[in-house]
Amino acid sequence: MTTDAVSDDTAAHADPPPKAHRSDRAMAENRLGMKLVAPAVVLMLLVTAWPMLQALYLSLFRYRLTAPDEKTMVGLDNYVTVLSDSLFWRDLWNTVLIMVITVAVELVIGFVFAMVMHRIVFGRGAMRTSILIPYGIITVVSAFAWQFAFSLNNGFVNAWFSWLPWINEDTNWFGDHWHSMFAIMASEIWKTTPFMSLLLLAGLAQVSEDMLEAAKVDGATWWQRLTKVILPNMRSAIMVAVLFRALDAFRIFDNIFVMTRGAQDTESLSFLTYRQVIEQFQLGLGSALSVLLFLMVLLLAMLIVKLFRVNLAQARGEG
Amino acid sequence: MKKGTGLQYWIGFALILVWCLLPVVWIISLSFKSEAETTTGSPQFLPKEATLDNYRAILKDSDFTHALLNSFGISLIATFLSVVLATLAAYAIARLEFRGKKLVLSLALAIAMFPVVSLVGPLFDMWRTIHLFNTWPGLIIPYMSFTLPLAIWTLAAFFREIPWEMEQAAQVDGATSWQAFRQVIVPLAAPGVFTAAILTFFFAWNEFVLAISLTSTPLARTVPAQMSFFVGPDPFNPPYAQLATASVIVTIPVIIIVLLFQRRIVAGLTSGAVKG
Repeated sequence: MTTDAVSDDTAAHADPPPKAHRSDRAMAENRLGMKLVAPAVVLMLLVTAWPMLQALYLSLFRYRLTAPDEKTMVGLDNYVTVLSDSLFWRDLWNTVLIMVITVAVELVIGFVFAMVMHRIVFGRGAMRTSILIPYGIITVVSAFAWQFAFSLNNGFVNAWFSWLPWINEDTNWFGDHWHSMFAIMASEIWKTTPFMSLLLLAGLAQVSEDMLEAAKVDGATWWQRLTKVILPNMRSAIMVAVLFRALDAFRIFDNIFVMTRGAQDTESLSFLTYRQVIEQFQLGLGSALSVLLFLMVLLLAMLIVKLFRVNLAQARGEG
Repeated sequence: MKKGTGLQYWIGFALILVWCLLPVVWIISLSFKSEAETTTGSPQFLPKEATLDNYRAILKDSDFTHALLNSFGISLIATFLSVVLATLAAYAIARLEFRGKKLVLSLALAIAMFPVVSLVGPLFDMWRTIHLFNTWPGLIIPYMSFTLPLAIWTLAAFFREIPWEMEQAAQVDGATSWQAFRQVIVPLAAPGVFTAAILTFFFAWNEFVLAISLTSTPLARTVPAQMSFFVGPDPFNPPYAQLATASVIVTIPVIIIVLLFQRRIVAGLTSGAVKG
C-alpha cells in the first residue's frame, strides 16, 4: 500500500539520491514498480526484440525452408540482392506514394469532419457512432466492400459516377496500375479517416475560444483565423496524428492482399516481405527484407519526430 | 465562435453519415442478393429480390463458423490477458516511482509502431520449432504483445486522473483496505480498464498479417484470414454475396460494441493523445 507520504518522501530524495540514504519505502516502491511492469515488458520484448534479432541473424544466410540443409552463411549478400532488385524499389515507391497520398487526403477530410463534429449541436451521438464504425470495422471487410463497389460486374461505382468524363460503364478498376492504386487508397482512406478526425477533434477542443473571438473582433477573415489561430494551436495534435497514421500507412498490407494480391504492380514492401517468407519460403532473403523494413520504419519515425519536433512524451501527457 | 446549427452543419452532418455508412449499407445490401444475381452481374445498389440464402449457406459452412469461434476465442483471451498485464504496468507507471519508467513507456511506443510483417519470418520459424504454429496460443501471444502498448498508454492516462486519496479517506472512515479498494478504487478504475479492453479487442478482431502467416488450417484461422482464402468454386468469379454476408456477420460485434460504448471508445482513443 503506497501512500502520498511515500511519494513525497521519494520526491524529496529525488535529486541526487544518495543510495545509502534512500528510505526503505522508496526502495520497496522501486522494486514493486519493476515487478509490476516486468511481465508486460518481458512479453513485449519476447515477441518483438527476440524475433528481430533472429531476423538479423537469419538475414546473413541463404536459407530456404524447403531445403533447410542447404543453409549457408552468405554475409550481406541478401541485402545486396534486395537493394539491387528493381522490385524492391518499385514496392518502396508504391508504399511511399500510398503513405503520402492517403495521409494528406485523410488530414484534409479528417479536419473537415473534426470541424463539423466540434461545432455541431445536434446528433452528436449518432455522428460519433457512425464515425467509429469505419474505425472498428475489419480492414479485410473494408477491402472487400470497396473491391465489390469498384467491381466491373457487380459494383455501383461505375453506374453512379459514369457522368464523370473519365469513368464509364466499362471502367475496369482492377485492370491497370493507377485505377487499382486508386481503389486501394479509397479503402485505406475510408477506414482510417475517422481515427484521424477524432485525434484532430481532440486537438481542436484545445484551441481557445477567447483567442478566436479576439481574432474575429480584430477583423481576421475566416481563412486567417484558420491558418493563424486554429492550425498553429493544434500543431501537436496534427503531428501526433500524422506520425501514427504515416507509420500505419507505411505498413499497408491487408487492403492490397485482398483487393489485388499485388497484381497491376500494386505491391507494397510489407506484401513483398510476406511473399518472400510465406509463399516462397525464402527465410534468408525475407529476413533481410524484414530488417530493412524495420530500419525504414525506425528512420521514418525519427524523421517525422525530428522534422516536426513532435514531443511524444509531452504529446501523450507525460510532459 | 458560436456553435453551429446552420445549413453547412446539416450538410456536413449528412456527408459524414454517408461517408461512414455507405460502404456498410452496401455490403448489407450485397449480402441479400442471390447468387444467381451476382453471377450474371448486378451493378445496381439494392438487390432485385432480397434473399436470406447467403446467411443460411454461410452459417452452415463449418469452416466459417469455426473461424468465427477462433476469432472470438483468440480475441477475448488475448484481450483479457493483455488488459490484466497492462493494468499492473499502468498502475505502476501512474502511481509508483521506479527506475526505467520512461524506458517502459518508450518501449511501448516503439512496439506500437513496429512493422508486424518484419516478425512474420522469424515467428513462422520459431513457432514451427516450438509447435505453436497454427494454434490459438500462437496467435494470442503476439496479439498480447502488440496490444500491450495501446492498453498501457490508455490505462496510464486514465489512472493518472483517479483521485487516489479517496482510498485513504475511506480507510479513515473505517473501511478495511480491501473494502476501500473494492468500493472506491475499482469503480473509479473500471471505465478505463473497460475502454482499454475494447480497443484491445478491436485490434485482435481486426488483425490479419499474423493470422494468415501463422495459421495453415481452419483449426486456428480467424475470420479475416478465412475470408481472404475463401474463393468459392469459380476462381475467376469471387463469391461476392457470400463474402459480403461473412463481412456483415463479422461486423455485427463491432457495431454492437460501438453502439454501446461510443463515448468510452472516443475517450480512450484520444486520452492523452493530444496535450500541450
